[in-house]
Amino acid sequence: MPDNTTHTIQLTLKPGQHDGDGQRVAEAAARHLGLTTGRVRSAALYTVRYPLTETQLRDFATRCLADPVLHDVRLNELTAAEGFATYILVARRPGVTDDEGTSAQNALADILNEPLDVHTQHIFSKKLYLLENDLPETDLRRIAEELLGNKLINWLEVGRVAHGIRDYTPRPGGGAEAITEVISLTGRTDAELVQLSKENIYALNLVEMQAVRDHFADPVTEAMRESAGMPAEPTDCEMEIIAQTWSEHCKHKEFSALINYKDLATGEEKQVDSLFKTYIKDATSEVDRQLRANGNDWLVKVFSDNAGAVRINSDSLFVWKVETHNSPSAIDPYGGAITGILGNNRDPLATGIGGARLLFNTNVLCFGNPEYDGPLLTGQLHPRRILEGVRKGIEDGGNKSGVPTVNGAIVFDDRYAGKPLVYCGTGAVMPMQFAGLDSWEKNIDAGDRIIMAGGRVGKDGIHGATFSSIELDETAPATAVQIGSPITQKLAMDFLLLAARRGLLKCSTDNGAGGLSSSVGELAGISGGAVVELERVPLKYPGLRPWEIFVSESQERFTLVVEPGKIAEITALGQEMEVELTDIGHFTSDGFLDVRFDGAPVARLNMHFLHDGVPRKILEAEWTKPAVAEPEIPAATNYTETLTQLLGSLNICSRESVIRQYDHEVKGRTIVKPLMGATGQAPQDAAVVRFNFESWEGVAVSNGIIPRYGDLDAYDMSAGSFDEAVRQIIAVGGKLPNLTPGDGIFWSVNDNFCVPDSVYDPVINPDGKQKLAKLVRMCEALRDATAAYCIPLTSGKDSMKNDFKADGVKISVPPTVLYSMTAKMEDVRRAVTSDFKQADDVVYLLGETHNELGGSEFYALHGQLGANVPKVDFAKAKALYTLVGQANDQRLIQSCHDLSDGGLAVALAETTFGYGYGAVVELPETGLPLATQLFSESHSRFLATVAPEDVVAFEQLLGNRATRLGIVTADGELTVRHAGKMVISANTAALRAAWTNGPVNHLLGVVSKDNLSHSNSL
Amino acid sequence: MAQDAAQGAHKAQSEAQTDVANAAGTVQALILTGFGINCEEEFAAAYRLAGAEATIVHLNQVLHGQVSIHDFDILNFPGGFSFGDDLGSGVVLANKLRYRQNGPDGRTLLDDIKQFIADGKFVFGICNGFQVLVKLGLLPNMGGDVTPEVTLTHNASGRYEDRWVTLRANPLSNTPFLKGIDKLEVPVRHGEGRLVIPSEAIQAAIEAAGLNCLTYADFDGDATDVYPFNPNGAALNCAGLTDSTGQVFGLMPHPEAFLSAYNHPDWARRRRAGQTDEEGQGLKIFKNIVAHIAQKNNAPAPAVQLASQN
Repeated sequence: MPDNTTHTIQLTLKPGQHDGDGQRVAEAAARHLGLTTGRVRSAALYTVRYPLTETQLRDFATRCLADPVLHDVRLNELTAAEGFATYILVARRPGVTDDEGTSAQNALADILNEPLDVHTQHIFSKKLYLLENDLPETDLRRIAEELLGNKLINWLEVGRVAHGIRDYTPRPGGGAEAITEVISLTGRTDAELVQLSKENIYALNLVEMQAVRDHFADPVTEAMRESAGMPAEPTDCEMEIIAQTWSEHCKHKEFSALINYKDLATGEEKQVDSLFKTYIKDATSEVDRQLRANGNDWLVKVFSDNAGAVRINSDSLFVWKVETHNSPSAIDPYGGAITGILGNNRDPLATGIGGARLLFNTNVLCFGNPEYDGPLLTGQLHPRRILEGVRKGIEDGGNKSGVPTVNGAIVFDDRYAGKPLVYCGTGAVMPMQFAGLDSWEKNIDAGDRIIMAGGRVGKDGIHGATFSSIELDETAPATAVQIGSPITQKLAMDFLLLAARRGLLKCSTDNGAGGLSSSVGELAGISGGAVVELERVPLKYPGLRPWEIFVSESQERFTLVVEPGKIAEITALGQEMEVELTDIGHFTSDGFLDVRFDGAPVARLNMHFLHDGVPRKILEAEWTKPAVAEPEIPAATNYTETLTQLLGSLNICSRESVIRQYDHEVKGRTIVKPLMGATGQAPQDAAVVRFNFESWEGVAVSNGIIPRYGDLDAYDMSAGSFDEAVRQIIAVGGKLPNLTPGDGIFWSVNDNFCVPDSVYDPVINPDGKQKLAKLVRMCEALRDATAAYCIPLTSGKDSMKNDFKADGVKISVPPTVLYSMTAKMEDVRRAVTSDFKQADDVVYLLGETHNELGGSEFYALHGQLGANVPKVDFAKAKALYTLVGQANDQRLIQSCHDLSDGGLAVALAETTFGYGYGAVVELPETGLPLATQLFSESHSRFLATVAPEDVVAFEQLLGNRATRLGIVTADGELTVRHAGKMVISANTAALRAAWTNGPVNHLLGVVSKDNLSHSNSL
Repeated sequence: MAQDAAQGAHKAQSEAQTDVANAAGTVQALILTGFGINCEEEFAAAYRLAGAEATIVHLNQVLHGQVSIHDFDILNFPGGFSFGDDLGSGVVLANKLRYRQNGPDGRTLLDDIKQFIADGKFVFGICNGFQVLVKLGLLPNMGGDVTPEVTLTHNASGRYEDRWVTLRANPLSNTPFLKGIDKLEVPVRHGEGRLVIPSEAIQAAIEAAGLNCLTYADFDGDATDVYPFNPNGAALNCAGLTDSTGQVFGLMPHPEAFLSAYNHPDWARRRRAGQTDEEGQGLKIFKNIVAHIAQKNNAPAPAVQLASQN
């Protein structure tokens, strides 16, 4: 088979070496697919397409690729060891990122001591699995497709070893010519316009298609195009640019729409003139006004850049962005999540001038039940597989970038089984100035050069922006998937940091959704135009048409703005740091986005039309109160078993197996991690990270998300989610903003709405009005919350089409909002963790418990939803949070845990997990039923402990907001009494075992609890 | 401010070449970065807290001859994912140091490092940096010919993990890095930290010379192979190695992530229990080596002193 320039290197483990990879495949096949594989042996394969002598090949294989202790090497033979009947070969499809191949290529260049042409992929990495049992091809395919690879990105070969192992190596695409086609819009009927939009994945509706047609038919446009040598009708590239710029993903058309809202219960009618403007932008302006009136002028940049920025102190800014990557994660969980992380990292990195230093990541994930065992729809991936893939993507995306994943959340609900929600957040620190310029500003003048930095362009990710703006179905295009390369991005990131500090950057932005079209298109809005010469753009392989180059979302790229006089210096730095920089054009001020290929016109669009020409949507919303009732659940006399069940339930149980696979302390600055205590198993409410090693200033990070409350009332769900994030920061020792003049305590919030299609259509979306009404109510609550706490929003995102449709079935996510909060901690050493610290400390419940079991985990355990959704009383909450802040100023609080899922009972159990303490608690007579006291999820509450010597001062300060419950004990027993009776009595080690052995750790294969816990020896 | 540390470091790096000789008394630490290394900032912070001068330099600046390792007292390989660790942790970086010829005479950086060690200077690798030293053959280097004798590979658990472990120092070890250290708590953060020793003879030689300088220990401080106290299933429950001179030292866990008491997961309870020291246990290693080098540099005949130490 091999010609003289193609070689195959196979590495197998030496006899006796542990084959963990193979063993995991065998176990997963048995556990998840019920298939018995027998022994599985894994091997690494490298196909080298480069002229090498026999000696060079052997040296490369044995010295660079093989580990002399671990591996045997086979050259140019694809054979299996004795005793293996079948095989699965996992290769990559053409153009899919192959970091391992790239690394091998790097090593080859080093051993040959000659530069290799980096424009060509010379080495292709693959995996070969040999299976002992003679499984039929259908079973082999299942293992291949469901455990080992993804058909969209992998080429999978399976078969009998005896028939010969079939290899596959991608061939680069053929050299398609630089063709630009004209898309004819005139004379098309409405139906034909809609069809054209659908076929080309423009994701534009009829009104928008008509607006495009009318623009090109306008005599002014016609005259301009004729004089510029452009065809009268739009080119393919122009249609793609318009589709991308006008996509819901980029333009937020529904958040900007005019909404006619009716409350059918009260008869109230109103018109909302843009959700974004009314509830987000204007609300934040009002907060900023109040802040400034009180001498707090730390809000520096909101909504207008890749990420929001607030001032930490006179030297530095905190930059904060959270966004979602849902659609790609549904079809390729690993690729979707890793590009989500890396893409979100690029937002703070490329805010203002660019070159912020990343401080941390946080992730919130919503999945279907991973233990689901029913049939799947066409194209739908199993929730377990999505969970595992997304988890691995976050692991690689964060760990390999050297950014700690400091906390997060996982929410399970069957309605996320079609489209998961993957929220990625990144915080960063930027100096106030770079080389004398304000770091947060984006200034561009005509004549500045456009430099593309980082990865190369391929077909991957074409149509990502438009694809994510439509509902998913079984025909999802393979090109919408990208695989991130953390190492490529790390190099670009290191480069950007240095380039900014040396004053070589005028500004920068990231290439994410929409690729160059989006990044250059947006930047050109600052100077007033741009000229792009697409033939200069470096490609991964030939065969891309001009429009494809312009909209491709190939990852790890930044667009830099550089003054002509600094090109030489920045180019030298790029070479030094091995980051590819390409000058692809310049900015203008003539009002046009002008795209060319080898001098031939490809696109010439009026910037005003492009950015402001999209027709405004008018949408209908109708709110009907859901018909719900409180269930009758017989009262019990002992709730120990109920508490144990709750601790082991899907939405409450330990996520340790996930958390520990994320590096949460690289950079050495994480002070409060997701799991703390001597056991390393006490869950915390918010993360705390210090900014640097020179001061103790830091930031607290929290996430509020409670989608199930939205089934009762979307307003209360949104208000509750906001409050949850606020109280988590208060619990960990944060303080509300603006309480004292000029205190400089910044808060910075990202709102991320993920909702199902909320545009009414009598046929395809008959309940669209109700869904939109929910969104309006969520936004109303957001406005009320920001005003009440004086906490500003600084950035955010909305994802509007979270539906999965296949086989005539539609799975829609519940309307979901995530509030991701950060707040300044003046001294991280004053942070308060959730777990009990010492025996005899006094236990208090802070805040009020109400008859609010609606939507609770307790009801869910009984298969009920209920009606009494927890409501936030903002005034009372703010008063309590202010007092807790004062108590912390006086160092009166030893531990503090916010009450959320599972209420007081679950919080009591969790606070014992750090060291193996117990507690004796007496519930007061409040008139509330016992189960309500134990499990109600009323907001704005904490479980706190106070040292015996501080009790008087604490009770004086908190007054009737603190209810004394009991004391911490050393005996490891949790005892709760009510009205003279024992209502919970449990060993806290047993409770912790129930929590750690819950379905998440069980499913992800963490070892048994006996090995994990070492508190017994303390 | 830390966000300007890299700028400072890179500025310092150009000055370093002229100033090092003048900065008598200050121990000079060179910290390599680039290509996916990502723990350079805390590594540098550790040296600064220990009283040394830390200079972060992109590997290419060394490979291209703009910075000479010989201007420094200690060469440091931080953790991270060099070249993405795609071919096995540390492999591509080790390969580059061994084979990449930096000049007409065919000299490699490994040649320089051998000279550096022969000059009595020190090399320190953490996590990915330790993996590089092992794959390069600088650890344990019992044969003295810098040939890989052991390896580090995938954890027995098959997964990357971030968790805190307890280490026990080997009393047989001669390395100045661990002077006065008996037990040490530190986080591990790796997927490929399982030490594999290919033969009993090599294992016996390592043990006899006390090169297995750090051991995963249970709560009582006894060496253990029980997960998760031993997080990766390493041979000899070994967490770190030195060469026979004690000048080259590497370990999988991250002492540079425990510079402050507030890094420990149990810090809040310990402070409630009366612990007042704000220094992290990991800093001791850096203080040790900085003090050792400072003493050596000030001594009249450091080479003799070093020789007598062996």
